[in-house]
Order: sequence, then structure tokens, then C-alpha cells
Amino acid sequence: MVGKKYKQLHQLLDQYLTSYDIGKSYDFDQITLEINKEDLYEICNILKETEQLDFSMLIDLCGIDYLHYGLDNWKTQDVSSTGYSRATLKTENTPEEYENDQPKRFAVIYHLLSINHNWRIRLRTFTGKENPPNIDSVVSIWPTANWFEREAFDLFGIDFESHPDLRRILTDYEFIGHPFRKDFPTSGNLEVYFDEEEEKVKYRPVSITTRPTVPRVIRKDKRNK
Amino acid sequence: MTDKNSLILNFGPQHPAAHGVLRMVMEMDGEVVINADPHIGLLHRGTEKLAEIKPYNHSIGYMDRLDYVSMMCCEHPYVLAIEKLLGIEPPVRAQYIRVLFDEITRILNHLLWLGCHGLDIGAMALLLYCFREREDLLDCYEAVSGSRMHATYYRPGGVYRDLPDEMPQYQANRFISKSKVKKLNYNRQGSLLDFIEDFTNRFPARIDEYETLLTDNRMWKQRTVDIGIVSPERAIALGFTGPMLRGSGIEWDIRRKEPYEVYDQLNFKIPVGVNGDCYDRYLVRVEEMRQSNSIIKQCIAWLRDNPGPVIIDDNKLTTPKRSLMKHDMEALIYHFKLFSEGYTVPEGETYTSIEHPKGEFGVYIVSDGANKPYRLKIRTPSFVHLSAINEMVKGHMVADVVSVIGTLDIVFGEIDR
Repeated sequence: MVGKKYKQLHQLLDQYLTSYDIGKSYDFDQITLEINKEDLYEICNILKETEQLDFSMLIDLCGIDYLHYGLDNWKTQDVSSTGYSRATLKTENTPEEYENDQPKRFAVIYHLLSINHNWRIRLRTFTGKENPPNIDSVVSIWPTANWFEREAFDLFGIDFESHPDLRRILTDYEFIGHPFRKDFPTSGNLEVYFDEEEEKVKYRPVSITTRPTVPRVIRKDKRNK
Repeated sequence: MTDKNSLILNFGPQHPAAHGVLRMVMEMDGEVVINADPHIGLLHRGTEKLAEIKPYNHSIGYMDRLDYVSMMCCEHPYVLAIEKLLGIEPPVRAQYIRVLFDEITRILNHLLWLGCHGLDIGAMALLLYCFREREDLLDCYEAVSGSRMHATYYRPGGVYRDLPDEMPQYQANRFISKSKVKKLNYNRQGSLLDFIEDFTNRFPARIDEYETLLTDNRMWKQRTVDIGIVSPERAIALGFTGPMLRGSGIEWDIRRKEPYEVYDQLNFKIPVGVNGDCYDRYLVRVEEMRQSNSIIKQCIAWLRDNPGPVIIDDNKLTTPKRSLMKHDMEALIYHFKLFSEGYTVPEGETYTSIEHPKGEFGVYIVSDGANKPYRLKIRTPSFVHLSAINEMVKGHMVADVVSVIGTLDIVFGEIDR
């Protein structure tokens, strides 16, 4: 039943979005469109305003940082001959080529829902080479995007152009940095302490080091098929 | 933004009607709200970031702490999403148990909402009645998971253990006499299912009691009718889900429209409002409690007749039996691997959502094939609903702001994450 419904959506998407360069994939009953950031606003407008598609609701919008995608602490394939080390490796050791591979680093994910047709779709847009990463705001299409975009700005530092009120939302009033970026350590950069002499609360660099409790492993053997 | 005739008023973050740590900076013209700017994040713990450094199963307990008044419903989409990525399906009995506890949770949530909403706008007695019923339901939580709030009961592949055959009983001590204990234990003589069934038989009359206190109460109506009206078009534009959307007259319920678990085999009705004001949303939620009660009854009937496994028998994903580990080396190895490394989830991404008591609660997991999620995004209903508060309170009095915060049914654990 679900398959039939989404078949129809596939056809409609092909019909309405022919003139755009999009990548389309389908897994777990969900369609993902990968779109260029230049086309984002227009495509969103089409998805919402076309009656046959009618994606009237923006369910979710979030940022994602692909910096450490596919990296692990232990190489499970060859380590079995050499033996495992203790799990006290540094978590965030980014190889050089990842640092330079900016165009595919930050993406914004949109989850849309059509209440009338009862179908969903996911859009993914990479923010490209610019630093800080930026992308068009969709607040004027879906008002729900307002806080979601503030959240993505706060946590990932993605700049949403023409957003009416882009302020931090979840972190503290004078927070420095964007905590959900993969190069931001889980323990943070600054810690708060009370200075006895000056009798006030001050910041200093964190005194704890991050180390993983459970190493991150990726197994691509046939057990996971 | 401000002109010289207006007054800036700070509402919260420590305010009994703010339902947690909400700081709202309101611009007032006399007693009328011109503009309200909620400042959130005072409870931000970075749940999503923390989940990225832990194996999948370690984060189930964190999900309980998102919406700490409807705990199991927060675990549910998380385990569903993992199951989807792993391509496994829990046994039917586990699905019924999950539905049973989802609906118990719905009642738990709505009872707390009703009590606190009533308390906020002046109906003191209601809170005490609602908490009386919550007590019984929290005992069900305790009986099944050992914990009254943060259950961590659902697992990818089923639920942690089967429903207990015995309901824990009160014990006499120097504060409670034996005769009193006997009275307290009258409905705890059988299994957990007997206890829940007894509750479902009592509960509809209790809802009637609440309704006699509120539904036709003149003061209740003065505080809720025509307050915070949201039209159906605006409700969709603002991303409302759950009772907030249904209160505006749109029949949308994920349990019916995209059935998960066994909801497609259960009978229930979806109440909708007409005017989209606080009063309609109150009526919708009260009716939802009645519907949940009926779903619980159907689940009990099924669970009585159909014993069976409650978690899949795949030791790569679920714990081997303790008795098996005593003599079987394989089981011991599986146990060690599962608890030291966890399981790896195939590369992929999924968004899975359920009908949480407050609205659509969704979990978006991106996996790169590791034993920890690469990115976890939790879509919480309260976050979206609170973002609409400015539109809802504009032009209302300060006292109505309290009604609107109440009707939004927000919990800061899930707004700030």
C-alpha cells in the first residue's frame, strides 16, 4: 500500500521538478531529494504550493556535520591480528583530506509532510564551500522553520540568509562556538569557576580531556547484512 | 522594537505557571501583550550530541528524560528507528505491550496536563484527583521496569521483559496498619494485567468526575473559551501536531494515518475540536483519555490470550538469557560483545515518528555503519508548539498567557533537549 502511494509521489516529483538537478533516493519507505542550494527556495515553493504535492507542513529541519562520517577508532578488519589497544584514543582525529573537503561538510535536512495526501519527503542540501556556511531561509514558506533555523544556526553555525531573527536559541547567552560541530569536543572548550580573589564567576579552558568509553567501530562484514 | 509607552515584563524563568524553566520577555501595553519572546535553552543538555558518543542502547534511558511526563513514548520512536535501520521486527506480543504502555503513558501525560493546567488557572482540587490516578499508573511502570519514571523498558527488538505475574504489594509497617494495607492491596492480588484492568474499569467514572468539575464550570469557561484561537490553516502553517492540531479541527493522528505497531488492529476514535481555542483542546484531550482507556482494554484482552516471546531471539542484538550464559560459551561471548561494543547498525538514515501525547515525536538517525549513531535529531512537539506562542498570546491579557502556556502542554526536557 505504502509502495503504491510513493510510486505516485515519485511520478509527480519527476513531473514537477524536471528542470532541476536533483538526486533522488528511496529507502525505508522514504524519498530523499538531494538538491542544490541555489534551487532550494524555488523547489520548496513548488513542493508547498503545487496542489498535487501539497507539502503544507515542515515537520523538521536540522543541520548535520559530515566531518567525521565513516571514521572509527578501531579498524576492525586488520586489528584482529595485532590485538586491540585500550580505548583511550583521542576521539576527534580528523585526517587532513577531511578538513579540506568543505563542500560536502555541512548539510541541512528538511522533513516535509503533506496532511492531505499523507506522504512525507526528505530534502538534503549541502551548504557548499562558503565559510561560514550559508543557505536560503525558508521561513517565508513555512513559519515553523523560524526556530528550527535558529537551532541549526546555534548548534552548527549555519547562516540562514534572510531569516528575520537569527539569534542563538539553545545555548547560553554569551556562548562561543557551535557545539554540535564534530570538531567541537563533547566536554566543551570553556569551564566555569568561581574566582575567590576577584569574587566572581569566570571562564577558563576545560581541565578534563575527552576520551571515549566505548570505541567507535564500523563493521562492514557480512554479519551486518 | 519597544516604544516608550510599553513595558517590558519578564515572565519566568522561575514561575510556577511556566511549566519549567521558560523565560519569556513580554512587551506590554498596560495589561495587554504586544509581543512575547520566549527564551529557551536553560535546560539544554545536548542529548543529541551525547548520543553520538554512546552505543545505541545506552541512549534509550536518555530518551525518557526528554519528556519526563510521558517517558515510554519518548523511547518508542528511538527504538523504532533503530529497528527500521536494522531491518528487524519485534514479536507481536512486544508490539501489544508497547501499545499498552504508550496508552498508559498518554493517560499519564494528560492527567498531569489536566491537573497542572487546572492549577494554573485556578482549579486547585483537580491536581489532587489527577495525581491520585497517576499514582496507580506509575505503579504499573514500576511493576514492569522497576522504575516509576525513567523506565528504559523498550529495546530494539521488543521490550526488556515480559509483564510480571504478580503485582507488588504494600507491606505493613509502623506507619501503616495491617488492616489499611489489606485495603490498599485489594486490587493487587493478581497479575499486572488484572491491576490495569481494574484501573480501566474505574477510570471512565473518574474522568466524569473531572468533567463535572470543569466542563460546564463558568469560571473554567471564562478562562479558556476563545483564548488562544488557532485556525486550521494557521495550525498547519505553524507545524502543530497532536491535540493542538486536532483542537483546530483537523483529523490527523499518526496512529491512524501511518499505523505503527498494532494500531491498525485496534478500535479507537479520533476526537477533533471545532473552534481551536483552549477549551476545545481541553475537550480533545479529555476524550483522548477515554479512547486510550478503551485501547488499553483491547490490549489487555489480547495479551491475556496470547503468551509468547517479547523480544527477538537474536543474541547479536539482544541480551542472551542469564541461565544460558552459565553453561554456553557462545552466549557468554555474545553477552560480552553486546555490552562492551554494542551492535553496529547498517549505513543509512531514517526518520521515524509516533503519535506522542503532545504531538508528533520523531527521531532522525543517520548511521554510518558504526555502533553509535552518527547524528541523532529529535523532533519534539513542544519545541514547535512553543515557537507559536507569540502568535497565540498577542493581544491577550497577561492572565491568558498562563492559559495558553497550559494549553500548549509543554515540557522543557524536550524543548531544550
